[in-house]
Amino acid sequence: MATFNLKINGKSHEVDVDPSTPMLWVLRDHLQMVGTKYGCGIAQCGACTVHLDNNAVRACQLPVSSVGDQEITTIEGLSEHGDHPVQKAWLEVDVPQCGYCQAGQIMSASALLKRNPNPSDEEIEAAMNGNICRCGTYVRIKKAIKMASNGELT
Amino acid sequence: MAGATARHMLKEAAAQAWQVPANEITAIAGVLKHEASGKSAGYGEMASAAAGLEVPEEVTLKSISDFSIIGTTGKNVDGKKIVTGQPLFGLDVQREGMLIAGLVHPPAFGQRLKSFDAEKAKSMPGIKDVFSIKLYDDDYKKMAFHFTAFNEVVVVVGESTWQVFEAKKAINAEWEDNPERTEVTSMFGNDMTATYPAGMENSEVHTAKLKEMIARNAKVSRKDGNPEKAFKEAAKVIERSYSCPFLAHNTMEPMNFFANVTEDHAELLGPTQTPEWMEVAVAERLGLPLEKVDIQMTRQGGGFGRRLYGHFMVEAAAISQRMKAPIKLVYAREDDMSQGIYRPAYYATYRAALDADNNLIGFHVKAGGIPESPLFANRFPAGAIDNYLAEDFTVDSNITTGAFRAPRSNFIAGAEQSFLDELAEEMGKDPIDFRLELLKRAQENPVGSPESNDYDASRYAGVLELVREKANWGQDQPGVHRGVSAYFCHQSYVAQVLDVVMDGNKPVVDKVTAAIDCGIVVNPGAAANLSEGGAVDGIGHAMYSQLTFNEGSAEQNNFDRYRLIRHSEAPKSIETHFVESDVDPTGMGEPPFPPIMGALANALYKATGQRHYHQPFVTNLKPIVG
Repeated sequence: MATFNLKINGKSHEVDVDPSTPMLWVLRDHLQMVGTKYGCGIAQCGACTVHLDNNAVRACQLPVSSVGDQEITTIEGLSEHGDHPVQKAWLEVDVPQCGYCQAGQIMSASALLKRNPNPSDEEIEAAMNGNICRCGTYVRIKKAIKMASNGELT
Repeated sequence: MAGATARHMLKEAAAQAWQVPANEITAIAGVLKHEASGKSAGYGEMASAAAGLEVPEEVTLKSISDFSIIGTTGKNVDGKKIVTGQPLFGLDVQREGMLIAGLVHPPAFGQRLKSFDAEKAKSMPGIKDVFSIKLYDDDYKKMAFHFTAFNEVVVVVGESTWQVFEAKKAINAEWEDNPERTEVTSMFGNDMTATYPAGMENSEVHTAKLKEMIARNAKVSRKDGNPEKAFKEAAKVIERSYSCPFLAHNTMEPMNFFANVTEDHAELLGPTQTPEWMEVAVAERLGLPLEKVDIQMTRQGGGFGRRLYGHFMVEAAAISQRMKAPIKLVYAREDDMSQGIYRPAYYATYRAALDADNNLIGFHVKAGGIPESPLFANRFPAGAIDNYLAEDFTVDSNITTGAFRAPRSNFIAGAEQSFLDELAEEMGKDPIDFRLELLKRAQENPVGSPESNDYDASRYAGVLELVREKANWGQDQPGVHRGVSAYFCHQSYVAQVLDVVMDGNKPVVDKVTAAIDCGIVVNPGAAANLSEGGAVDGIGHAMYSQLTFNEGSAEQNNFDRYRLIRHSEAPKSIETHFVESDVDPTGMGEPPFPPIMGALANALYKATGQRHYHQPFVTNLKPIVG
């Protein structure tokens, strides 16, 4: 066990865990932030996507000991009032079916738009290919990303 | 009906209170009103009086033209919570003092626990206990949804999920072979007998068994006319075989459940599709009366049939009872995929007899599977062909299988609709015209009695006609290769046209156009979402997914080896059109899923010249039958 000071969603958090513990479980079990989902544990499904200094990463493959002073943003901290353009677009298009993968989808989409505000269809597909949705909401996800990117929802 | 009854009783209560005729009172948006006297009251004010009235046996339903909610789009009620990551799902449940539990199950179907050494795991940080649990006594008669792949499993309980997952790896267990066994379960009051053979199975043997069975005579489920004579006299016989592999449900949220069992009460909380069926098993396992078992549901991170089988609820309850503590049982993805209640593997051979003028004079389908048959003997094209034979067979297995989105239809639709496409081509007919001709026959002069055919031919034709119009069928565009398919299941009719374009030598699904008759469309936006999801899910499973077995073990236990469809493989657009209807609403979760597999196979053939008979169509692995 070791103590780590983490910067998550603009706040400091101290946890006492095994250094190998993935951030996914630090968030879910130790900090009660359950928006980041467990889907596969091997970085194949994207349900646990968070931002590490603005980059989309898989929290299941991010040991707490490797975070250091990098800033983590989770779905709970993407916006203060749930009004990030991507979140708004998701609601407008009514993307979710079961909804389980959608936090990860939103975190991947928002990281994409941050570095590329006007992605092409191919760029959206490439950036989102690591996020699986068993309900098959991909067509709506793409529509929502385009809606968020072209400023329809400001 | 319940709503109409309540409305009737509220109006009656108001009529008595105001001394006015009940039929002059309106009930709109929570307010009872009598226009002439100007009297009004909220539903709440009349609720007590209404509750004291006799419940009427018959009430008049609102007419369709008066619907104010049905037929309008309501968005996902949990939308805001979903996009902001609020706790909703079973895995999100947190309680004071809650422990986490994980399971270690036999690595192969056909095995059971012999012994285990828990010393190392017990000494690991955060681990509270390691023990084994048995779910059911040998003489407990299960209901169909109670069964489980492994009746005895090793349990690791600890403070956090990661600690439990790590400790599971340190369990040293010995397994032994299960003997053959026969089990009788009850399903809606009927007894069903299943035989689970001994031994560890593998996909090569599955393939060999299916091929052996398809070559033999099978059980005749329906016979019209004289199919033997038709095939004997045929100028030409077309015969094609189709297959699909086992599939894991792979709900994105793995199986899990919370349980807090005390001496005289059990609280369970989590994602399940069958709380009322599982409470019987939970009560039996805990030794508690039924009324002491309280099961609450969370939002489910996907069901697709997997959460009908709630063995994980019995496991969670038994673990909590033993630990005398609230626990949350969490399956790792590997547990979820390797301890499944899978979609069965199926095989079907279709034969058609054509006379010298290319008329269809006989039709024969023989279908089977491990462990159940996918055949629906009385569905289309039964009733449309004079000489018709449907046979089926089953192969026993110790691999646990069950319902998976549109059970049985999820294979047989694609097989049948691919065969009809090939048949139409052989007969020189347009594939939609050919289907409509058959449906016209079934409508005007059905073979067998009208009740013997499990579909409404005019509604079936209706979706084909609608999709023909909406997709501009027949107006060919250069570079666009189209396939069509139509199917009836779960009481709804779906026709789909799928467009493939070639990107170099790679086929890409460009567009899907769907026409659906599901009666009254209750929530058009949500129904369209299900149509889109069903198409994507169907394309994905037909193209990429399969579970194979070696020495009784699933060879794919996570998404590195098990492929689900991804963003870049989804259709670029999906359009859904609904038939306007005043028929009572019917299913939307299942019906768009099965037929798309046929539309896909038919479009791929147009694009590449290659017919696909064995799912998955694109694989690095050997299909189970190929």
